[in-house]
Amino acid sequence: MRVVLAEDLFLLRDGLVRLLEAHDFEIAAAVETGPELSRALAELEPDVAVVDVRLPPTLTDEGLQCALEARRNRPGLPVLVLSQHVEQLYARELLADGTGGVGYLLKDRVFDAEQFVDAVQRVAAGGTAMDPQVIQQLLSRRAAEDQPLERLTPRELEVLELMAQGRTNAAIAARLVVTERAIAKHTANIFAKLTLEVSDDDNRRVLAVLAYLDRGR
Amino acid sequence: MDIETKSGTATLGTRARDVAVAAVRGLALAFVSLPVAVLCFCLTLVSVALVPIGVGIVTTPWVLTGVRAFADRRRLLAARWGGVRIPRTYRPLPADANPWTRTFGMLGDPATWRDFRWLPVDMTAGFVTAVLTFALPLYAVEGFAIALGLWRALPDGYWYGFVHVTGQLSALFAAVLGAVLLVCSLGLTPLLLRAHFALTGAVLGGGQEELAERVRVLTETRRDAVDTSAAELRRIERDLHDGAQARLVAMGMDLGTIEALLEKNPAKAKELLAQARQSSADALTELRDLVRGIHPPVLAERGLGDAVRALALRLPLAVEVNVDLPGRADAPVESAGYFAVSEVLTNAVKHSGADRVWVDMDHEDGRLRVTVTDDGKGGAAIGAGSGLTGVERRLGTFDGVLAVSSPAGGPTMVTMEIPCALS
Repeated sequence: MRVVLAEDLFLLRDGLVRLLEAHDFEIAAAVETGPELSRALAELEPDVAVVDVRLPPTLTDEGLQCALEARRNRPGLPVLVLSQHVEQLYARELLADGTGGVGYLLKDRVFDAEQFVDAVQRVAAGGTAMDPQVIQQLLSRRAAEDQPLERLTPRELEVLELMAQGRTNAAIAARLVVTERAIAKHTANIFAKLTLEVSDDDNRRVLAVLAYLDRGR
Repeated sequence: MDIETKSGTATLGTRARDVAVAAVRGLALAFVSLPVAVLCFCLTLVSVALVPIGVGIVTTPWVLTGVRAFADRRRLLAARWGGVRIPRTYRPLPADANPWTRTFGMLGDPATWRDFRWLPVDMTAGFVTAVLTFALPLYAVEGFAIALGLWRALPDGYWYGFVHVTGQLSALFAAVLGAVLLVCSLGLTPLLLRAHFALTGAVLGGGQEELAERVRVLTETRRDAVDTSAAELRRIERDLHDGAQARLVAMGMDLGTIEALLEKNPAKAKELLAQARQSSADALTELRDLVRGIHPPVLAERGLGDAVRALALRLPLAVEVNVDLPGRADAPVESAGYFAVSEVLTNAVKHSGADRVWVDMDHEDGRLRVTVTDDGKGGAAIGAGSGLTGVERRLGTFDGVLAVSSPAGGPTMVTMEIPCALS
């Protein structure tokens, strides 16, 4: 799997390259500025891009803008955005086109190599990887004004949270140490209580949940 | 002690010397200033008249710089000779400005027009007061000269004041009048010189009271700004000391122990490794929160509009944000605006009991305006213990103002305005 990596801090870039290579990714390019990233995304056609939000030369949200631009040119191009801080505002912009293949994680998540690599693979496969912090913010906001959410059991809320992060039933089951069948039952309940349309497709399901949580603002 | 006796028994000698000094200064002022003032006035008129045909664009900055130098010279003399301080209020011009921006920058400066108004006043009233300063004592001296024999050289029927000088006797009367005038001039001459400078100050200095008020406000807001930033620094120091710094120390200790345990007790070492990783994650979280309190990353990345949008998304109630800003303000202004909005929103969440909040931002007439409205129960006021006082202080540093309308029963509307340019 070919990866384009954009990160301006040498130590972090170097570490990410080693981490990804150790997990059998092929690094097509590891760049450090916005313009370089744009060129690499256009020319190298990677399977997935791992991009830091803040990149030179402007040191503003150059990385995010490049990623959004590249996705406009090539809809569905898998992009995993890393940042020192997560904002719902940015998450919403990434999710706006509704095509999936989007990840948005805190840089700290790299600490857990397995989880991180899992996230990259999920995004590359067209799935979603939202940082737990984004989901918690969404949930806490939503809880204040949403009755259907109050009808969920604590366990169902836990499943909803993991599902919104982009995890599959199998992953959720492993995480909560229960059977996949139990999770399937929870998800069915959640979808019924929130009156969402049930879908077998994992990715469509995640996007529906995220859209539900982000609705009405 | 010494000074007291001196001022207490100011001798006639020192008085006379003061008068002489004032007279010489008046003479210099009158006859040096008049031609220069006339020249400046004419050159300015001509140069400004030539602006429409282009020549004036080149000459006006030079002429006005000359006028300013002349006015500066007079400010200096007013301070040195008259004890009158005349503030210099010219607006600064960029060093690399082209003649066009220089010309119109200078012509747009109210201080330029004050200078221009002052020149004719200086030629007339200013000249007269300066002339009087030396003419009065000189005329008095003339009275004595007439009595001492000058009358013989004068044309017949010369009038000295109201005395008709016809012979030695009337010349003596002239001396008496001269003596009276001399006594008067002892008191009057220094006053006249001061009057001259006071006049200069009144016309050239502009509104002194306004300036005094401005100075008062600036002193106050500066003190507030310094206090606030010192308190902020103390808070940051404390947070770092008790938070991230302590966690890094713990992490270092864990790593040291791990090193020692690696061979002896790998299981324990692994456990400590997990703990060290948790410490580093916690340290990062704390640093992230701290950074958000110093300068929110979205503010740096996107500017005020999106930073407030991102802030709104974090709040547990529905906030509608409308932004109409064609550009970005300077970083300090953005920061002040952001924290002001943040404080007002926090207030709304904590105290208003509102369901909805609206934030509107626009920029008009060189002012950034932010309005925060909520449908809560009202009763908010700027005053002791209210977060709004802090907001007012924060804005005050930038000459910004805060207005609160919050009748009991609501709604509450907080309006903030900061004068600033967008880029």
